Amino acid sequence: MSATSSLPVLPPTPDEIEDAGRRAFLRTAVAGGALAGLSGCAGFSMDEFLRKHFKELGPDELKKVLAKVEKTNKETWGKDTRVSATGPREGVEFGYGLDISRCIGCRRCVYACVKENNQSRQAPQIHWITVLEMEKDHGVDLAHAEVYYDPATVPQPGKFYFPVQCQQCRNPPCVKACPTQATWKEKDGIVVVDYDWCIGCRCCMSACPYGARHFNFATPTLPAEELNPDQHYLGNRPRPKGVVEKCTFCIQRAREGRYTACVEVCPVGARKFGNLLDPESEIRKVMETKRVFVFKEDLATHPQFYYFYAT
Amino acid sequence: MTGILQFLKGCGRQIATGNKAYFIWLAALGVAILIGLAGYSTQYRQGLIATNIRDQVSWAFYIGNFTFLVGVAAAAVLLVIPAYIYHWGPIKEVVLIGELLAISALAMCLLFIMVDMGRPDRLLHMTPILGTPNWPRSLLTWDALVLNVYLILNLVVVGFILFNAYAGREPNKKILWPLVLLSIPVSISTHTVTAFLYNGMAARPYWNASILAPRFIASAFCSGPAVMLVLFQVLRKTAKIPIKDEAIWKVAELMSYAMFFNLFLLGAEVFKEFYSATEELRYTQYFWFGLGGHTALVPYAWASLACSIAAFVIFVVPRLRTNWKWLNLGCLLIFSGVYIEKGLGLVIPGMTPSTLGEIYEYQPTVTEWSIALGIFGVGFLVLTVLVKISIPILVGTFKTPASH
Repeated sequence: MSATSSLPVLPPTPDEIEDAGRRAFLRTAVAGGALAGLSGCAGFSMDEFLRKHFKELGPDELKKVLAKVEKTNKETWGKDTRVSATGPREGVEFGYGLDISRCIGCRRCVYACVKENNQSRQAPQIHWITVLEMEKDHGVDLAHAEVYYDPATVPQPGKFYFPVQCQQCRNPPCVKACPTQATWKEKDGIVVVDYDWCIGCRCCMSACPYGARHFNFATPTLPAEELNPDQHYLGNRPRPKGVVEKCTFCIQRAREGRYTACVEVCPVGARKFGNLLDPESEIRKVMETKRVFVFKEDLATHPQFYYFYAT
Repeated sequence: MTGILQFLKGCGRQIATGNKAYFIWLAALGVAILIGLAGYSTQYRQGLIATNIRDQVSWAFYIGNFTFLVGVAAAAVLLVIPAYIYHWGPIKEVVLIGELLAISALAMCLLFIMVDMGRPDRLLHMTPILGTPNWPRSLLTWDALVLNVYLILNLVVVGFILFNAYAGREPNKKILWPLVLLSIPVSISTHTVTAFLYNGMAARPYWNASILAPRFIASAFCSGPAVMLVLFQVLRKTAKIPIKDEAIWKVAELMSYAMFFNLFLLGAEVFKEFYSATEELRYTQYFWFGLGGHTALVPYAWASLACSIAAFVIFVVPRLRTNWKWLNLGCLLIFSGVYIEKGLGLVIPGMTPSTLGEIYEYQPTVTEWSIALGIFGVGFLVLTVLVKISIPILVGTFKTPASH
């Protein structure tokens, strides 16, 4: 196993790609030989068992895998879906800005995200965005933060609101901790999870300083009429029980050049999103005209998610 | 071929014979295992929602048990060192019993990891060739590596000793001793790497302290030998293995040093946290005093400390540690003390408050207790069966017919 193959940001070298192909061949040969007799067992899917790591799939294999997800979606929800695996674009690195002085703590972003990204609605209810209510007296202080604030109106006097989601770290502790390379950082900066490769050990959740990773403690509950049919393989396709999921900057939207659902829904324009490599982008304007900071900078995770106070 | 069949038949005979207490013991283990199976079938169907593990406390009782048992497995073998230094006589027996205990503890470790996984069906994704292990970056891949090496090493040593004894020969010391000596650093490495699994996480200040690995080793030297001391006494009576009183008392004395060191390291950590009183004090505070009215772990914390101090007093006073009743009480106390310390006491405060400051009070569910009970049942069954087969081979009452 090459040590560099899971390094963040760096693209794989041709050597690594060749190495991956060789391993994939070996795996098929070994597993196929050893388990040919097992394929008849009840509940055992030879396809899933012999599937390769996402990064090792060839174009035809990927097409088959995507078609299979669409088929499963149709069987489960009776709905036609479009599942893509659009890759990162050259010259794009996504960045996010959050204006703490504007956020009013309405949590519309939380629920827009749930709808867009097909999260489990209850038991467990999964939110990729957590909004913390903090005290103006204390500043950004987790010892004085409340997740379950529930007043009749927001914002409350003396309080401010601090939304947290995956910070898409440049040095992601979750990727380092994952024992199976089921989560990695893409070239455009998005940290993704392959839900078909995750073993559910939750090392990444222990490693994440931002509480950004969430576990499917039971089979997700998702009503058919609320299923978002526009899906990305590494993003909002429905997840199975027992795997970890997280914010992907709405990979299904972002890679098509669209805003994320949370940016779109925010009623006060507190959320900014764009390409860090494009000098004309909104996020670059924010970084040039405002003073930004990152959350828990002492942990050197180097987020691609910036906080700022615009006013 | 007939030799192997005869051996297996002989093993069956060994397992099927015993007094009433033995069969009651087996029945009790059987019940424990059935309860565990029932618990696991619930969890398998519903998912980990059958536990009280949640996003805020994402590792809990299972991983705590795993951590504690790695310590037991590691320290069991380390008794080889004093056995060798102090010329205990039946050193082969000490090695063997230590390794049998290590094997059963490792079996429990692996089971606890399995039941904690969301997708145990994908375990192979972690293995070389069939999967894509994130080695060397991920500590869990290291842990899997050292635990499996340790397990294999123990199986080889046990197999080698028993195979020779069964054939009526002394084992070749030139093969045996290098293996036994190798198992010492490997056993230390298992517990060190398990400590690093927690230690390496900058997101969790309670674990992210360099004192963690030394504390793991010190506490392991308390819990592992405690089990061994009880085992020695049982086997002396039932199997007539000549283990001297002095040997047992020596282990007890050595354990008192380990206990002192363990308490000292704990004190050093508590001082640092409370005196500097930074934001990171909250985790330690939650464990010992509770936070904002959340006090679920407080009784465990003080019970653990009380057990550890009481056991230390028993083991450090010669008159008490040479009295069998006191000694066994001390073993029970230190076992319980370390069980809490390395189980709930390590894992839960590491995650409470959560990384976003939320306090979710974790307590194991009935399902979690049942599954843990079942796994301990399996572990003790493995140990019982292994001991039942090995000891007669070792003392020469169960051997190949050819050597009669």
